Amino acid sequence: MSPGAPRGGRFDTRLEARRRAGIRFMWLCRLAVAFGVASLVVLLVSLAADGLPALSFEFLTSYPSRFPERAGIRSAILGSAWMLALVAVMSFPLGVGAALYLEEYAPTNRFTTLLKTNIANLASVPSIVYGILGLAVFVRFLALERSLLAGAATLSLLVLPIVNIAAREAIRAVPDSLREAAYALGATRWQAIRHHVLPAAMPGILSGTILGLSRAGGETAPLLIIGALTFIAFDPLSPMDPFTALPIQIFNWTTDPRGEFHALAAGAIVVLLGVLLMMNAAAILIRNRFER
Amino acid sequence: MRKSEPGSASRHTRVGERLIGALLFASGALSIVATVGIVVVLLTESLGFFAEVSPVEFLAGTRWSPDLVPRSFGILPLVNGTFLVAAGAALIALPVGLATAIYLSEFASIRTKRTVKPALEILAGIPTVVYGYFAVILVTPVLRTLFPGVGVFNAASAAIVVGIMILPMVSSLSEDALSAVPGSLREAAYGVGATRFEVATRIVVPAGLPGIAASFILAISRAIAETIVVTLAAGATPGMTLDLLQSVQTMTAYIVQVSLGDAPSGSIEYRTLFAVGLLLFLITLALNLLSQRMTTRFRESFR
Amino acid sequence: MAPEAVLETVGLGVRYGETRVIEDISLTIPKRRVVAFIGPSGCGKSTLLRCFNRMNDLVPTARVTGQVLFRGRDLYAPGVEPADVRRAIGMVFQKPNPFPKSIFENIAFGLRINGFQDDIGDRVEASLRAAALWDEVNHRLDADALGLSAGQQQRLCIARALAVEPEVLLMDEPASALDPIATGRMEDLIGELRGDYTIVIVTHNMQQAARISDDTAFLYMGELVEYKETQRLFTNPEDERTEAYITGRRG
Repeated sequence: MSPGAPRGGRFDTRLEARRRAGIRFMWLCRLAVAFGVASLVVLLVSLAADGLPALSFEFLTSYPSRFPERAGIRSAILGSAWMLALVAVMSFPLGVGAALYLEEYAPTNRFTTLLKTNIANLASVPSIVYGILGLAVFVRFLALERSLLAGAATLSLLVLPIVNIAAREAIRAVPDSLREAAYALGATRWQAIRHHVLPAAMPGILSGTILGLSRAGGETAPLLIIGALTFIAFDPLSPMDPFTALPIQIFNWTTDPRGEFHALAAGAIVVLLGVLLMMNAAAILIRNRFER
Repeated sequence: MRKSEPGSASRHTRVGERLIGALLFASGALSIVATVGIVVVLLTESLGFFAEVSPVEFLAGTRWSPDLVPRSFGILPLVNGTFLVAAGAALIALPVGLATAIYLSEFASIRTKRTVKPALEILAGIPTVVYGYFAVILVTPVLRTLFPGVGVFNAASAAIVVGIMILPMVSSLSEDALSAVPGSLREAAYGVGATRFEVATRIVVPAGLPGIAASFILAISRAIAETIVVTLAAGATPGMTLDLLQSVQTMTAYIVQVSLGDAPSGSIEYRTLFAVGLLLFLITLALNLLSQRMTTRFRESFR
Repeated sequence: MAPEAVLETVGLGVRYGETRVIEDISLTIPKRRVVAFIGPSGCGKSTLLRCFNRMNDLVPTARVTGQVLFRGRDLYAPGVEPADVRRAIGMVFQKPNPFPKSIFENIAFGLRINGFQDDIGDRVEASLRAAALWDEVNHRLDADALGLSAGQQQRLCIARALAVEPEVLLMDEPASALDPIATGRMEDLIGELRGDYTIVIVTHNMQQAARISDDTAFLYMGELVEYKETQRLFTNPEDERTEAYITGRRG
């Protein structure tokens, strides 16, 4: 029994109007895209205009000062360098170690699932909360005071989930055949990891670590919370020294009501962005270079 | 295969192997320590705070004046400031981000994508302090020219800049959601005579909605947690205003204010920092969990 | 008497970037016939089918040369709206692809965007009846279409196409994702629709082509090798490549 085709309905397709509505919508979307791109352009251009004139050898090598013409970012650069080195030393082994545990050792059970969920959640904890943790635990409870070590420990906690997640991805991408080949030659689990898995995963791990460090290099809030906003007119020489860092110095100069200091803030931003962009570019290069 | 212990090793190697396993386990367990640390720190200091201030006064009070007598610890003004800035930022970032995502996923040529996406990635990688500078040096003066009477500190400047800051997050996560919608659905819609506009807005966006919602929630959570821009641009005036042109204080800006003020351990000011931090932590945690749940459901729906 | 041609291609070629997928194809699809395209995978039969409703437009690198005439009008002429073409020439795809909406809304979608002026409920019912699905779903039109079985989903997709009154139905291996029973029902349904629509069906299943089609075209490496009445093509192939394919010597 064939009920027959539905026919004879009236359609008013208004194709022209629909086509025009589509074009209007597309331009609306283009406007949105332009807003984002224009924001970036305005930001970069105004920074270049204000910041580039501030850059000079004296600016890079002088300590901060009450006098804008004498102020520089020497202690901030050194502080940031110390900070990044310490964060790298702390977060790399811990992040990669945890990644190796989760990908190569951990049994499939609820504790492992809990660990993974927990790390994912830690990655989205606000950075200011890490600052509070650092203030209570490192600065006050462990009495590290407002030292480089306290700041670096705080930032390491913040960066750990990032390093860990990147390292796990890199380790997962290593084919099982490589492990099996090592085992077949009589290697122990650690020997297989050390000589085969880790080298193969290293580009991914390094690129993830650099991205994590670049995040740490730009963080301001946790350092403010642990009390790093202080006047530092000397070179930090040990992890226990008080410090300033580029983001802190930028924050400080931005809050200064005197306009002359704003140009210095722009100059420091150009330096900071330059370093961070180079780190990101390095991360991308490493990943592309070694990925087959 | 991977989990089994292969080969027969000497006793010396076996001890080494177990030591390494234990070390790796310890570094894995550190994440639990960090979480427990956060919760314990926030809770213990907050308990001290709530011994002096009732949770009802804290959560329902509309006056926040922790250092001026008569003291008052109603957090609603800080919550109000936080949500005012976050709402303003969302007003910019959600529509603009979604429209950007739709354009990139449904309309843009490969060449346009290749220019726009890296630009948005750079925008996403810029540190918050730079955005803060942007707000103070560029956006606030423009606002003050447009609206005479606007103060040096105002919620609008912070909201605009936080909006630009979370924009890349909305656009990239929403684009992921739209791209995850199977091409077969687009073909089906084209097949009955839909235009590209209708395919995008009536099929692809509704199908990607849970993923889009997840990106919205995550971006709002990020705006709520944002610290530096609001500290620099919105000021330190806790209040119940809904006027974006007024100065407000957010929860995060208050935390910064206390920590810059060198409050002694054990004092009530020091403890407010943890009580406010705890509330902030709980709000963002709830939003992040909600977002994760929506993402999971979205992924399952297209399996 | 030559039957009236609904679709006709003249020297049709399609390239994806540098790759030529089909070349110089000229054929006529007569009105109210079921025409099957067969051939080994990669022979270009789906690409050819997708020229008839300009679905290839959606592939950015696709370039179409030559002409496709629908009732004498070139579908690729400037000023022709692809959306208009696709309403008149409906399509059913390889895998069932209902929208993640209710059964009702799946069919109402095409009606709404095309400005249907009559009662949408009536038309939804008529379409479901025509697709032999009404009896199975009439009590749950508000249910999620993704909850239907694969066979039901594919019939829903046919109902969705029928609702906007196409003259031609293009079917791209419509039963390839279905089990044998659902495939049988699909073939029965095609039999019911044959008097009312011109149907062009791509299939990799020669028995299916033999069972349901009036005419069959054999494509090989982007070229139209042989095209005639199904009966004659299968019993009396002229080209040795056709013979090799239908006797299973080349797959």
